[in-house]
Amino acid sequence: MAETISFVLNGKPASVTTDGSRQLLWVLRTDLGLTGTKCGCAQALCGACTVLVDNRPVRSCIYPVRNAEGREIVTIEGLARDGNLHPLQKAFVQHDALQCGFCTPGMILTAYGLLQRTPQPTREEVIQALDQNLCRCGAHTRIIDAVQSAAAEMKGEQSK
Amino acid sequence: MNEQQGLELDPRGISTDLSVSRRDFLKAVGGGIVILFLVGDPSVLEAQRRGGQGLPDDFNAFLRIGPDGRVTCFTGKIEQGQGIITSLAQMLADEMDVSVESIDMTMGDTSVCPYDAGTYGSLTTRFFGPPLRAAGAEARAVLIELAAEELQAPKDRLVAENGVVFDKNQKDKRVAYADLAKGKAIARRANPKPPTKKPSELRIMGKEFLRRDATQKVTGEAQYAGDIRLPGMLYAKLVRSFVHGAKLKSVDTSAAERVEGAKVVRDGDLIAVLHKNPDEAALAASQIKAEFDSPTLDVDSETIFDHLLKNAGEGRLVGSPGGQLDEGERLAQTIVEQAYLDGYKAHAAIETHTALANVEGDKVTVWASTQTPFPLREQVARELGIPPADVRVIPPFVGGGFGGKTANQQAIEAAKLSRAAGKPVQVAWSREEEFFYDTFRPAAVVKIKSGISKEGKLVLWDYHVYFAGERGAAHFYDIPNHRTVSVGGGFGGGAGPHPFATGAWRAPANNTNTFARESQIDIMAAKAKIDPVEFRLKNLKDERMIRVLRAAADKFNWKPAVAPSGRGLGVACGIDADTYVAAIAHVEVDKRTGRVRVVSVSCAQDMGLAINPEGARIQMEGCITMGMGYALTEDVRFKGGRVLERNFDTYEIPRFSSLPKIETFILDLKDEPAHGGGEPAIITMGAVISNAIHDAVGARMLRLPMTADRVRMAVPAAS
Repeated sequence: MAETISFVLNGKPASVTTDGSRQLLWVLRTDLGLTGTKCGCAQALCGACTVLVDNRPVRSCIYPVRNAEGREIVTIEGLARDGNLHPLQKAFVQHDALQCGFCTPGMILTAYGLLQRTPQPTREEVIQALDQNLCRCGAHTRIIDAVQSAAAEMKGEQSK
Repeated sequence: MNEQQGLELDPRGISTDLSVSRRDFLKAVGGGIVILFLVGDPSVLEAQRRGGQGLPDDFNAFLRIGPDGRVTCFTGKIEQGQGIITSLAQMLADEMDVSVESIDMTMGDTSVCPYDAGTYGSLTTRFFGPPLRAAGAEARAVLIELAAEELQAPKDRLVAENGVVFDKNQKDKRVAYADLAKGKAIARRANPKPPTKKPSELRIMGKEFLRRDATQKVTGEAQYAGDIRLPGMLYAKLVRSFVHGAKLKSVDTSAAERVEGAKVVRDGDLIAVLHKNPDEAALAASQIKAEFDSPTLDVDSETIFDHLLKNAGEGRLVGSPGGQLDEGERLAQTIVEQAYLDGYKAHAAIETHTALANVEGDKVTVWASTQTPFPLREQVARELGIPPADVRVIPPFVGGGFGGKTANQQAIEAAKLSRAAGKPVQVAWSREEEFFYDTFRPAAVVKIKSGISKEGKLVLWDYHVYFAGERGAAHFYDIPNHRTVSVGGGFGGGAGPHPFATGAWRAPANNTNTFARESQIDIMAAKAKIDPVEFRLKNLKDERMIRVLRAAADKFNWKPAVAPSGRGLGVACGIDADTYVAAIAHVEVDKRTGRVRVVSVSCAQDMGLAINPEGARIQMEGCITMGMGYALTEDVRFKGGRVLERNFDTYEIPRFSSLPKIETFILDLKDEPAHGGGEPAIITMGAVISNAIHDAVGARMLRLPMTADRVRMAVPAAS
């Protein structure tokens, strides 16, 4: 049952030898020691486990690690580049867009996916994109503000 | 420096009245200047009394100024998102004249932090804040004394600013706190009432600060209990029956034992599969065949209210009754009797209950998602039969508590399994376990009989709350003939007639009580044909409530109208943790489906001095958002001892698309003491939405949550 699965993880080549039907979430958290990806429900209902696979947000709690073969995975640990926070991370800090912080990695990576598809989302588009991500503390309004402000900052960077 | 007040850090030099834990603490922190705060302060005593715990041995707050000039604040409180990691640092920084950035927070670690009964009840700012500020003031006084010696200048000429003391007549005569602390080993007992700063002197408290833990939380660096990794650790999956009261009859673990890497361990009725990967532990555990004797439970989530009333027993008075109820009945022109129902609610933090325990010889270390590290230490010690001194509890960041993490069953399970396995063991509850073992907010009934005179003055108030608890039960209106009675244990007193454990849920009891009281007040206003804001003002004498209600109405630009006006506007007020709240909601109701859309919620709050107004507003926003859930959708349904909610597909918590526009307004009261902030704004959410629904369509909702089905059925046929 054990197979070797190779992929790019946060910009670096990585491989694991394990049962390929295991969910990516657990392989990340235990085999690979990246605990920033959280488990909230294990049934793709809360979004806390969201990671990027080939730049698209994926619920890692229902994503067999076998499917990651040859793909590029980014977790919350890999979003900052060269010691600089990603504009979304910066905006979450600047807007106090979190409380307990447990849903935050999934929120940021889901928002990242949205900005890939829709660089300047309307408020409604942000709400729609994040609606399957749960936050119990009630940081929602600030998360929306943070995503829109990150979008604005990223637009500025691109036009430079 | 007065030598008699200074204590050497060498434990041999410490006088015998000091406790073992203090000696351990002094050893643990090393050199520098340490401030110990004694428990003589009434606010500390009050905090302990409210926590229902015995007094700590001798001291309650510390800080340390290290030789690098950094200040460490040791607090038994924990950070669960409410933001005290920032606001406590602000308090200390202001009193000590240092920057917030120079303060490091050490929170909840039972081996170095002072005893604390738990982080709940909006107690931190009110009851830990004053002694912490006093300790800060004492530290500053010590530093000024040391500086006077160092600079050879009289104390009254010295000024402290941003961690540096200087002579105000000669500004180049200066010395940094770091240099004063270097090579020192001073422990000072704080004066129980040292002079803290006057409101006009505050420069950091009352100012807005961003969360200090945000960078860690946006990078994935922040560690929660489930993120701690120890060499050789194993993950547990427990064998459970999901029927309350079930007893294990037989178990066959042979198939699980054959799974590679899986190990089955047992401690009494506790049976678990351990594996180096949590998912593989769960997979192996699914092969265990266990049979249980399950009791048949007749009561379910529909019959629970009758069941509770049948088992109600004697009540107790809340506060002092006034006047005569029969006189009230005689004076009343209109009397309304009404019963209000509230179902069970889950805490549903996104982080489930999680703990890692490491039993090594006779010492135990537990990393747990807990709001109560010190009580947990006692609990682990009791369950394992060892002294509490051999148990260390370390709470990493907590992924949401809301009262639910004052119960720590998962940590006991981890400790027992670690002892059985001889390895570190993590227990992380699945969402299904979380929905089964949660200490739910109790189902409850409130019965109110109230009367108004023909002038619209409340003359009668007879209030009975069953099983919610008494917090928030007492009314604050000006009513000559009244009585408030609380029946049943509420959230604190064991299961009682509840079919499963209940516990404190953000602003415990007050959500239910405020829903009932403010709904009834609205009914009376409508009967009197008076605008609901005006009716409340007419029946209030409490100046703080009048002020906060007026503030909410002004901010919303409230236009008086008798309900139901068809506008969909509702108002409600309440008091929690000494904080006064008034909220106004605007809703739209789809009469055909019963679906309620909350368009906006505007909330004014009198919380005295807001230490971090930005943090306080965030708590208000969180309360309003979370409160939408218990008001409209959240209901723990159960039947035959089984909880029907297993995950977020049926237990619907508020999400982005359910958000109203939220406006918050904190009254500027910098000269008043700081009151609670983490819970108050949630208490009005049931009533303010219910009253707005009534205003929209004339339907009076008497049961929480106000689901679409219930609203649809309550809409009057004619409307």
